[in-house]
Amino acid sequence: MSVHKSLPHDAARLHVTGTARYVDDIPTPTGCLHLAFGTSPVAKGRLTALNLDAVRAAPGVVAVMSGADFEVIPDCSPSAHDEPLLSDGTIHYAGQPLFMVVAESHLLARKAAALATPEIAEEPAVLTIDDALAAGTIFEDGPRVYGKGDVEAALRMTARTIDGQLEIGGQEHFYLEGQAALALPQEGGDMVIHSSSQHPTEIQHKVADALGLAMHGVRVEVRRMGGGFGGKESQGNHLAIACALAARATGRACKMRYDRDDDFIITGKRHDLRIGYRVGFDPDGRVTAVDFTHYVRCGWSMDLSLPVADRAMLHADNAYDLPACRITSHRLRTNTQSATAFRGFGGPQGMVGIERVMDHVAHALNMDPLAVRRVNYYAEAQGDGTDASGGSLLAKMKAGARVLDSAAVAGRGAVKVDGGGGRAARFGGPHSRPPVAPRDAMTPYGMKVEDFALHRITTQLAAACDYDARRAAVADWNARQPVLKKGIALTPVKFGISFTLTHLNQAGALVHVYQDGSIQMNHGGTEMGQGLFQKVAQVAAARFGVGLDAIKITATDTAKVPNTSATAASSGTDLNGMAVQAACDEIRARIAKVVAPELQARAENVVFADGMVRAGTAAMTFGEAVQRAYMARISLSATGFYATPKIAWDRIAGQGRPFYYFAYGAACSEVVIDTLTGENRILRTDILHDAGSSLNPALDIGQIEGGFVQGAGWLTTEELVWDATGRLRTHAPSTYKIPACSDRPEVFNVALWDGANREETVYRSKAVGEPPLMLGISVWSALAQACAACGPAYPDLPAPATAEAVLAAVERARG
Amino acid sequence: MHETRTISLTVNGETSTNAVPVRQNLVDFLRNTLGLTGSHVGCEHGVCGACTLEVNGAMVRGCLMLAVQADGAEITTVEGFADSGRGADLRQAFVDRNALQCGYCTPGMLASALEYVEGGGVADRSAIREHLSGNYCRCTGYQSIVDAVCDVIDGRARS
Ligand code: FES
Ligand code: FES
Repeated sequence: MSVHKSLPHDAARLHVTGTARYVDDIPTPTGCLHLAFGTSPVAKGRLTALNLDAVRAAPGVVAVMSGADFEVIPDCSPSAHDEPLLSDGTIHYAGQPLFMVVAESHLLARKAAALATPEIAEEPAVLTIDDALAAGTIFEDGPRVYGKGDVEAALRMTARTIDGQLEIGGQEHFYLEGQAALALPQEGGDMVIHSSSQHPTEIQHKVADALGLAMHGVRVEVRRMGGGFGGKESQGNHLAIACALAARATGRACKMRYDRDDDFIITGKRHDLRIGYRVGFDPDGRVTAVDFTHYVRCGWSMDLSLPVADRAMLHADNAYDLPACRITSHRLRTNTQSATAFRGFGGPQGMVGIERVMDHVAHALNMDPLAVRRVNYYAEAQGDGTDASGGSLLAKMKAGARVLDSAAVAGRGAVKVDGGGGRAARFGGPHSRPPVAPRDAMTPYGMKVEDFALHRITTQLAAACDYDARRAAVADWNARQPVLKKGIALTPVKFGISFTLTHLNQAGALVHVYQDGSIQMNHGGTEMGQGLFQKVAQVAAARFGVGLDAIKITATDTAKVPNTSATAASSGTDLNGMAVQAACDEIRARIAKVVAPELQARAENVVFADGMVRAGTAAMTFGEAVQRAYMARISLSATGFYATPKIAWDRIAGQGRPFYYFAYGAACSEVVIDTLTGENRILRTDILHDAGSSLNPALDIGQIEGGFVQGAGWLTTEELVWDATGRLRTHAPSTYKIPACSDRPEVFNVALWDGANREETVYRSKAVGEPPLMLGISVWSALAQACAACGPAYPDLPAPATAEAVLAAVERARG
Repeated sequence: MHETRTISLTVNGETSTNAVPVRQNLVDFLRNTLGLTGSHVGCEHGVCGACTLEVNGAMVRGCLMLAVQADGAEITTVEGFADSGRGADLRQAFVDRNALQCGYCTPGMLASALEYVEGGGVADRSAIREHLSGNYCRCTGYQSIVDAVCDVIDGRARS
């Protein structure tokens, strides 16, 4: 069967030969024009004059448009209709597009754009969280508050409390392929768009809106993106709309791609947050209550900030059963790029908050942070049939050096995974006790945690990576070494899977079977490198019992499958896999009905496997069966549809079941810091991650490795710096540092937790796109441990833990 | 910008003569004029490595070299490597090891990896990491890329 198999990425062959096409590689009709935006150099003010004469006169310029050229300036917002394509006279941030140039080449358009002389009456900009609090610039009518229990009472009655505050920086997506779009004008005013977008339906909708067309007048195609990470969920709208407008105005194909600097300066990034906390806890590390305040810097427009901030709140508990908890979330409007979706969608920031609390409590009690974590875990799911023989898949796909020790051991049955009771006790030393009957396994938003697996995952990972012995060795090292200090941390991830906007949890598919037995498959999900197309093709091949070579994967196309949701929230495979499965099963049932009499069987007993269609001993090839159906005048084309069951969510009340299930994982990282410079390295990372019954272990492990490194980058070297006037000063890789090959851990072991999803997902797999990013928190936590080893005081390490931040934290620890 | 110069060069074994804008960089020339879109641009200022290709036997950044500087040069891009079969084992290893996701970094990464392998690099993970540290990949976390390079070196040593 083609599922549960480590197969390469569907386009791997094309990529290694340089023949995979991205938007900028698509051959264009002759006369294709190129666009560039002219942007605001200041963060806030009024545009008093915009002289574009020099721009118009520049070589190669065909057209120039500014806000003044539109009666109604087309809107680019995915939510609140508050993002005019070009400034309407009000300047909201440094980098905001003021006008667009249409020219004969990319370079000519960019050069011309630089010739404008905008006159702007500058106003004081609201840039920081403090600025926004002082100015009272917020989204929504006030803070959102979710929670459970009586936090005040619990904090009053508790043995000890700690207060703290944490700054968490944002993150630039740095998809390696920048934003790009191509518009091809059609007869009758229709438009075809190729876009590097995670959300073709949104592009279709916004372009139609801008052109004054019904959605049926616009077709959007997305074959692939060179990375998305959330940054192409809404941020591609501007380019597609601009190209469509220019294409309509000139009658020529129009293309736009952002130069990297423009991409940084114009587009939104991960939200930065300040998290305030007050936590109450017992002498054994049990948290009795937490009161969180999230200050979310949203930038100038609403974009996706509300659901992002919601998801931060929904992950403020992470893996911990908090008897009383309150999360108050302020969504602040600032004169900066409009912060947007980024892998994890606020979840990572919320999770960093509670992980920081666990570390802080452990520091106050002088306990092993892992013991504090474990004592606060939700109760383990009972009898869910999870097979914890992690690593059997791993052994198949990765060579010896990379096999996690325990995985191999577990495969031989030597590690008894017992739900975290007995074994857990050994991690915390005298302070820890096994998790007793849990509180109520209820999240702060009223969803019961029914599938918790982190006791077993933690136990197995801690044993595999030798956590206890290495923690002792680190302590020993730190006692002897005055300059280089080490830290080790094991942190868990529990990530909720589903769009929190319930109606988005739907997907469609279109499957055709041709007379020769070949199959074409289409669905609403987009391919950004995550391997979605391959995984879904594996599902289709499995349903028909054919080889993958029989399946043709086609570009996402709004003309084939309409009304799709963004490929986001890690839900691509869950949703589209099920929709494709439904379409395949429909066709399969039709074929079975046709051939059943010939096979002398009932239709429901006809089996599709190994390229054959059979019942008992009677069989024919799949191709023959297809021919029979065709000759019998039976349709060999079907749509499929899927809507995620069980979910219901009231985001205002903060109550319900926003998630179908949770994905779990844990990572243990060891780091070393140089206390003279703050320089630091990851020495080793071990990961055990739950991808359910993985559809494709190779692709899933790739997601885990890449997600971890991206998360570690976010929390260490990736620092966004705006100057006092609101200009982003880190706007290229020369100043913004993403992890390079030499930055990843020297020793890096990744294994899949081999358990089936208890919910009926596609072949019982679990979503794997976003959750691994948060495994990177282990690095940040280990760095905090290393800083704490430098003195008695709490180091109060912010994120990102740049060398500078580490150095300052070392000083604080020394007191 | 509009000033042009005529250059002759050999790209992937084929000679061509073109008038190129004097300010155009090599990778734009290859992509836009010759249609060789396998070389990608990620940053256009020499940091990301997505545009890495071979000029006169050396791996260079196609965004840091002007097309006019390539007059008379012998250039090989990812398409050329694929056509000639050079580095076929490396490409196979990238496929087998899942050393790519979005694939945007892949052509440049392959070029740098080929430089290491052909330069007699050993299967030492930290040396490979160091060599590839000028090529960004935002997707894979690099682990599988280093695996692929190790595989190839081991494979070549065996044969
Ligand atoms: S595009 Fe040449 S190094 Fe980035
Ligand atoms: S595979 Fe996407 S950047 Fe390397």
